[in-house]
Parts: sequence; C-alpha cells; structure tokens
Amino acid sequence: MMRFMLLFSRQGKLRLQKWFTSMSDREKKKIIRDMTTMVLARQPRSCNFMQWKDLKIVYKRYASLYFCLGVESQENELLALEIIHRYVELLDKYFGNVCELDIIFNFEKAYFILDEFLMGGEVQETSKQIVNRSIEASDMLQEDDSSEWYEVELFG
Amino acid sequence: MPAVSKGDGMRGLAVFISDIRNCKSKEAEIKRINKELANIRSKFKGDKALDGYSKKKYVCKLLFIFLLGHDIDFGHMEAVNLLSSNKYTEKQIGYLFISVLVNSNSELIRLINNAIKNDLSSRNPTFMCLALHCIANVGSREMAEAFASEIPRILVAGDTMDSVKQSAALCLLRLYKTSPDLVLMGEWTSRVVHLLNDQHMGVVTAAISLITCLSQKNPDEFKTCVSLAVSRLSRIVSSASTDLQDYTYYFVPAPWLSCKLLRLLQCYPPPEDGAVKGRLVECLETILNKAQEPPKSKKVQHSNAKNAILFEAISLIIHYDSEPNLLVRACNQLGQFLQHRETNLRYLALESMCTLASSEFSHEAVKTHIETVINALKTERDVSVRQRAADLLYAMCDRSNAKQIVAEMLSYLETADYSIREEMVLKVAILAEKYAVDYSWYVDTILNLIRIAGDYVSEEVWYRVIQIVINRDDVQGYAAKTVFEALQAPACHENMVKVGGYILGEFGNLIAGDPRSSPLVQFNLLHSKFHLCSVPTRALLLSAYIKFINLFPETKATIQEVLRCDSQIRNSDVELQQRAVEYLKLSSIASTDVLATVLEEMPPFPERESSILAKLKKKKGPGAVSVTELDDGKREAGELNGGGDRGPDTAAMAASNASTPSPSADLLGIRSAAPVGAAQTNAGSLLVDVFSDSGPAAPSAAVNDDGFLSSAPPSEDPAPPLSEADELLNKFVCKNNGVLFENQLLQIGIKSEYRQNLGRMYLFYGNKTSVQFASFTTTVSCPGELHKPVEPLVEGGAQIQQVLNIECITDFSDAPLLNIKFSRYGGALQNLTLKLPVTINKFFQPTEMSSSDFFQRWKQLSQPQQEAQKIFKANHSMDTEVLKAKLLGLGTALLDNIDPNPENYVCAGVIQTKSQQIGCLLRLEPNAQAQMYRLTLRCSKDTVSKRLCELLAQQF
Repeated sequence: MMRFMLLFSRQGKLRLQKWFTSMSDREKKKIIRDMTTMVLARQPRSCNFMQWKDLKIVYKRYASLYFCLGVESQENELLALEIIHRYVELLDKYFGNVCELDIIFNFEKAYFILDEFLMGGEVQETSKQIVNRSIEASDMLQEDDSSEWYEVELFG
Repeated sequence: MPAVSKGDGMRGLAVFISDIRNCKSKEAEIKRINKELANIRSKFKGDKALDGYSKKKYVCKLLFIFLLGHDIDFGHMEAVNLLSSNKYTEKQIGYLFISVLVNSNSELIRLINNAIKNDLSSRNPTFMCLALHCIANVGSREMAEAFASEIPRILVAGDTMDSVKQSAALCLLRLYKTSPDLVLMGEWTSRVVHLLNDQHMGVVTAAISLITCLSQKNPDEFKTCVSLAVSRLSRIVSSASTDLQDYTYYFVPAPWLSCKLLRLLQCYPPPEDGAVKGRLVECLETILNKAQEPPKSKKVQHSNAKNAILFEAISLIIHYDSEPNLLVRACNQLGQFLQHRETNLRYLALESMCTLASSEFSHEAVKTHIETVINALKTERDVSVRQRAADLLYAMCDRSNAKQIVAEMLSYLETADYSIREEMVLKVAILAEKYAVDYSWYVDTILNLIRIAGDYVSEEVWYRVIQIVINRDDVQGYAAKTVFEALQAPACHENMVKVGGYILGEFGNLIAGDPRSSPLVQFNLLHSKFHLCSVPTRALLLSAYIKFINLFPETKATIQEVLRCDSQIRNSDVELQQRAVEYLKLSSIASTDVLATVLEEMPPFPERESSILAKLKKKKGPGAVSVTELDDGKREAGELNGGGDRGPDTAAMAASNASTPSPSADLLGIRSAAPVGAAQTNAGSLLVDVFSDSGPAAPSAAVNDDGFLSSAPPSEDPAPPLSEADELLNKFVCKNNGVLFENQLLQIGIKSEYRQNLGRMYLFYGNKTSVQFASFTTTVSCPGELHKPVEPLVEGGAQIQQVLNIECITDFSDAPLLNIKFSRYGGALQNLTLKLPVTINKFFQPTEMSSSDFFQRWKQLSQPQQEAQKIFKANHSMDTEVLKAKLLGLGTALLDNIDPNPENYVCAGVIQTKSQQIGCLLRLEPNAQAQMYRLTLRCSKDTVSKRLCELLAQQF
C-alpha cells in the first residue's frame, strides 16, 4: 500500500500532504523534511526511485511541482509512477492545464480528486472518466446550493 | 488569483490565500495568520449564530493554515457540526477537515461517528462515500468498533452502487489493518472472493486489495480466489487494447488490476490444479512475449505500465521458484533491462536480480551478468542505481567470483559516495572473510580497506582481522610483514596504526630476522606514529612496546627510555600515565621468565559469529543478510571464523596468560568453572577448608573429578528423572532465573545467563533443614557424562553455589540431567534426578527485520519438514503483556508491524551453536474466543522446528 503522498515546489514548499496511515505530527514533519531534502537534491535525469528506511520513494517532477509517493516495499515502483501521472491527468482534466497555483488556491479540490482516485493507500478507481464524472457531479451539487450565500460573502 | 474557480469559489478563502502569498517575510505571514485566527476565533465565539457557508469558509481557512505548518487548536467542533449539514459542500469540507486534522484518539470521535452513522444509513451514495472515506482516513479503533460489522454488509449487498462498493472494500481493508479482530469474516468470505468476478473493473480493482490482504492472513479460507484470479488475469492479458475501454491505460489493458492479480497470486504456492496452472503459465509467457513486441506508443506511460506488469510477473515467477524455464527467461529479460537506456529500468532490473540471485535455479544465470553489473557500479551517474549494483554484486558473490567482486568493490570505494561507504566497507569485509581461500588475500583486502576508507572502518572490522590473525598461525608472519610495509606510508590511517601496533606486538618477531625490519626498526616505525594518534591508540601502542621488551630484549633500553620520559610517565591522561608507570616498573623488576609469562602471546579467540555480520545486520536491518546466507557463511568460512566479538582489548593483551579453556567436544560441553563456594553460607569455615585444594584457575578440573568423587559414598546409579522433571523444565523455557525444585529438604535455585552459544548457570542448593547434608554430590550428565564436584557438605540452613559453563555445540532436544545425592545425618541416602533447564531456545540471538524480509525468509523456509505447527488450548492467561513477556523471554526478537493482524505475534531469531547457526521464524496466532492458539515455526533445521514447537506449546 501507499503510505503517503506529498506535493511540494522546487523551493521545498509543501503544497499537499496525504497520509494513508495514522502518524504523529512529529513523524509527519520528519518525513516531509526528509523527502523535500532528498528529492530536491537529486540530479536531473536520475532514476525516479529511492530507498528510504523500509519504504520505496517514487517521485516525479511536473513543471515546478514535485509529486512524491512513499510506498511499501512490495509495491511496484513503475505503477506508483503511473499513479502519480494519473493523478496529474485528473487534476489537469479538472482545472484545464493545471499549474501549481491551481493547487494552492483550490487545495480542497485537489484533496477531493485524490480521494476519488485513491483510498486507504490503495487505488480505488483507475478510470479517468469515472473519477471525473464523480467530481463534476459533486460540483453540480455545490452549484445547487450556492445560491444563497453570494449576498453574505463580501469580505474575508 | 487562479483562473479556475469551479463550483463554489470561496472568495474570502481566495483573498486570504493571496494575502499569505504576498507576504514578504515569514514574520509578515505569521502576523497575517494570527490576525486571521483571531478573527475566526471571535466569529466562532460570537453571539451571532454562523450560517453554514461561513462556517465552511472558516473551517477551510483553518485547514489552509494548518497545511502551511501551523498548529490549529480550535475549530474541530465547528467542523463536526458541518458533518450534519444537509448541504453536500459543507459536509464535504467538514469531512476533509476531520480527515486531515483529527487524529485517531480524538475525543470528538463519538460525535463524528454519529454523523457517519447517519450518512451511512442515508442511502445517498455520495454521502455514503464521504462517510466511508472519513472512516478510512481516520481509521481509529473506535471507528472500527462502530462500523466493522456494518461495512461488510454494504459491500456485499445486492443494491449497493458500484462506487459505494469500491469505497466500502477499501474502507474495510483499512479497518482490517488497524483492528483485524473486529473485522469478522465468516459468512461473507465467499461473496467477497466473488467480487473478483464483478462486471465493474473498478469494483474488482478496489476489492482485490482487500482480498489480497485477507488471503495473506487466512490463505485457506480464501484459496478459491486463486482460480478466479487466474481466469480474470487471463482474460485481461489476452484482451485487445481497446476491449477494456477506460481501463486501458496508454494501450495497456488494466495495468493496475493485472499487477494486483499477480500480487494476489504471490500469496499462494503454484496452483495444484493442472488446468489452472497451465492457464497461468500461459499468461506469464504471454506477458514475457509482449515485452519483446514493439511498443504501441512512444509515451513513457505506455512502457511503464507494460513493464510494471512484466516486473510483477517476474516477481511471481521468482516466488514460485519452480519453473526453471520461466526463471531463465525472466533472468534474460532482466539482463536486457540492465543495459536499457531508461535509468528506471536499470534500477529495477538490478533490484529484481538481487532476489533472483538467491534462487538455486537462477543463481548461475545471474552470475553471467557480472561484467554489466560491475560496469554499472563504475559508470552509473545516479547513486541510488550504484547502490543497487553494489547490492547485487554482494548477492551474486560466491567462491568463484569473490576475488573479482571484492577487487571491484574496493576500487569503487575510492570514489564511493560518503553515504554508502560504511556499508560498502562492511560488505567487503564480510565477503573477504566468507570467501577467503588464502588468508594472505584476506589480510591484504582488509588492510587495503583501511588504507582506502580508513574513516569508515568501524572497530568491528579491525577487531575481526586481528581475531583471525591470532587464530591462524599460518598467516601471522605474512600479516606482520604486510602491516610493517603498510605502516611505512608517510600518512597512514590511525586504524592502520592500531592493527600494526597490535600485530607487531604479537608477531613482530616473525619478521625480525630481516635487517630491514629489525626490532629497532619496527619500534621506531611504530613510535614515529605515536604523537599523531588519539589516546586509545597510544595506549595500545604502549602495550605493544612492553610486548616488544619481551620479544626483543635488545630494545629494552630504548623503550624504557621512551616510557620514562615526562610525556609518558607524567602524561595528563590517567590511563596512559598508568600504563607507562606500570610497564616501566614491570620491565625493570620482573625476571625474564615472569615477563615471558605475563606477556605471552594472546590465546586464540573463541569461535563466534562474525561481529561484522552482526553489525551489518544491525545497520541495514536484516535485509542485508538472510538467514540462509548466515548458514552458508558459517559453512564456507568455517575454518576462518576465528574470533568473538570481544575486541582485542589492549589491557587483555598485556595480561595474556589468562587461561582460555578449550571448548569441550560434546553436545553440550558442560565444564566447571572454579567451584565457587559458600556464597551465602552462614557456617562457612568448614566449607572453605574443603574448597581450598581446588584453585580457581583449574580448567582441567572440568572433566577430572579429583578427590571429591572418591570421598563420595559407594556409587549408586543415579535415580531416573523425577516424573515432574519435564514440567519443571518447562517453567524455564521463557525465563532464566527462579526456583527449579523444592521439597521439604532441599531447594534448588537457578540463575543463568546466555550469550550466543555460551551460557553460564549458577545453581544454588539450599538446605532447608537444620541438620547437615553429608556426601553431597551432584552430577550433570548429558551424552558426554561429565561430572563436576560440589562441596560434599551442606550445613543446615546453608546454601551452596555451583557454577556450570555451558556451550551449545549443535542443536539438541534432550536437556542435560542433574543428579543430586546426599545423606542427611542419620537419614537415608537421597538420590534425585532433575532435568537442567537448558533448552535450545536459550541460544537465541534476536533478529530484527522488516516485514518484507520476514516474508521473504518465511517463504524461503517453505519445505514441509522445516515447518512445525501446533494448535493447542490456552493453559495460561492470554493477556497481551504476559504473552509479549514470554515471547521476549524466549530470546527471539518480537517483531511489530509484520503480521497484518496485530493480534498475532511474530518473532525471529538465530540459534547459535558452535557448529552452525539456525534461523528461526515464529508466528503465534491467539484466538481469544476459542481460547486456542496456533503456533507455527519455521527453522532452517527441521529438528529445531520440531523441538521448539514442542517446548513452546507448553508455555501459553
């Protein structure tokens, strides 16, 4: 199973964190620190896999953003790489030419999309169509009930 | 501001995020955040009830602040309130907040559980999915208690929507991983297995993760999944790339599902049914064939997905380890990948080949790639790939290629990355020792190691070379010559000085005949390094000097001069000063004979496991050294394995005439240490007398029962063991100290300690009466019939002590017997025989290992006779802590997070005997309801599995 997924920028700023097992805040902070330093220190064109403690770390850079997945040792690295890619595709489909800013400003959406795709550290649904359909469906639900709040919303 | 703001754009949130991004400094950011927190807090505390939207927005802001890395200590209640909103978007944010911020032991869990319960019963699939996600994200025990029985029902209900089924399957998996005892299978087992046949590929993909995990736990109940998995796999593998529509990924049909099916099959041995097996072999062949076909797309996603399946298929082939044809094809395929232009594939091929190297069928085939692997070690740009290459070289090393591999690793060390140097050094040291055919090669290798990477050579490595040199007299002269040459380098590593000092101090005489290395030259060479060294090395050198005085009387004056100078005799370091003073005095007053005795050559070290191997195991986790490898190591390097982990301590060196009793040759060589008397006696005067003629330094007394036996009463055959002897023995399987036996006359207490294959046992015989026991004799017998004397008299109320030294020569089943005879004043001769609580498990060394290593080894020990299993009723409390204490007492390492079911216990250890090491894995599965246990043992030796199983079944 997957243990965590982290998205961070080239400057090491964390953009998204997803933990699939319960962990203390201290452990999480340590992992975030280790992952950003390890991954950012990698030379270009290195392989996408690393060993870290008993986990396999699979990472890939898309534009300014690094996607980093920690999986248990019996998992398939190549498939983990494609999990990252499929997630990027899902984000891209939703936001249309996704960029780092989309994820910053719509972090909750990034979480919702991830939840449709992965659950409990396993792949739940690999079909792009099905995932997108359910995200769109929930957006529809949101539009339905968004009528009343526009007048309330003026300032943060 | 982002271009996209689909659905509900929360403007306030976007503004806040922009503000944060515009902050020029960390301080400004913190200031802005504190302002926002104050605002939100006042809103939450305010009198005016907040509407759902505002609540959602503020909760979302808090979430954002948390994700920036700040602590959030309020807002949880508002998030929980959102859960019961009937607006999807509010509910969704509420659940997100809970998933990210609520840890599993929060007090809010009860409230959250209520909301979840409502959503699960709402029959609204979107709400149900949100609730299931939340359970899977938090995954706490309380949640498992609340929902573990409900979720299976949702999973198998006929009218459940597909998307809910998927979430339910994975949610259940998460709960099963946290609290397996709460997830009861039973009636829904077969319906879950049949989800493998579901029409909807997404449902199969999700369900198979659950099935795989359950199968690992309960292989028998789920074994019908094998044929279903094979037929599903076969349908996917033979489908055209368009058949599966959206489940085709870059022209590869259902890669995720295919890999998961192949993984599920790795939980089982090859299918027994010929037809199923045939179909599976066909699938595997098709997958191997497809690897040779031209790619359907140039995209890396296509080749990744295709190769992911290929690697998984190869894993399955390696797991079965029974189809030589497929194994060789797999090996060839990996061989192609070794030279692939994709770094990722080279990395994976190296990794996969490491496991192939341990299979008998493919070890030779793997070896043919040695040049490519060496080349990878030299030329790969990426350190993680080089690391894999080094691992593979280590795995493929055997006697035939050891010299080449060690040479390559040594030359790689000169430029190796700092992060892996220490591990490389250990590996080189191990290989050099394991495959040494001539010791001069071994000595050269280790000295090179010190020369090249001295800083990374840990103490274990240089201790080891000294242990081996001391134990092998055929290499001593060569070693002396080589270190002498090495020390002539203008700059040499301090570790080299240590080895040089030690070896020349012991064996400098072997090269003293050559005028170029005459005693004085040797001494001057060593002393030229003295001022550059740290205190411990200087101390060692001082000991080497005093040894020189003994070896070469002609150096005495020079060395005394050195010892006498202020920088030694008045050194501010106490240890150095003391050595200088004592050695100076010793050299001036002792006669040559006394000097020769005190400074005699070090005796051989007792044979033990290589301390380097232990260190590598500790460092890498046991992944680096498998149990079988340990066995080989012992077998192949038998004659070379010299020393123990006792370092050649410099003080021990100075007083080298300490006796080293030779190991006895019997199954359990029990020899007496000095009969230590009357430790707690209150009428000791008489006993002391009795003892005075057996001195403490008489190892020969081990076998000769001088004097004492002759004064024993006319020998009577030892009584047969007491009927309760076995029961008494069983009390000591998991503990080392306690009362072994007690009746109205006598109490026998035991204290014992074990290290590796050696043990020491203190027996305390207490006279409970007020009258003297006369002619008190004890006899310990195991097949070798060794006797040992105790003091023949035990005063009333007194206690005497006996020490037994124990060495485990090979594995054994029968405990040694202890026969005790004595007569009470005026009473009849007492004659009783007990079993000494020496059981095979006492020689366990705990082995820590990761889950994957454990399972790999578990699989390796799959011959039927290697396994012993017993199902038995609980005789004692099934309390977790009690069980843990017992398992630890057993001597093995108790491993956490190995067994997917946390109720089960998994242990690993290596039994150390003189002749070999026996790897043992243990699994204990308690069933609290039935008050039963199932105990499974797998050991590299069948008799050990059997014996341990018998012993342990009595313990729980």
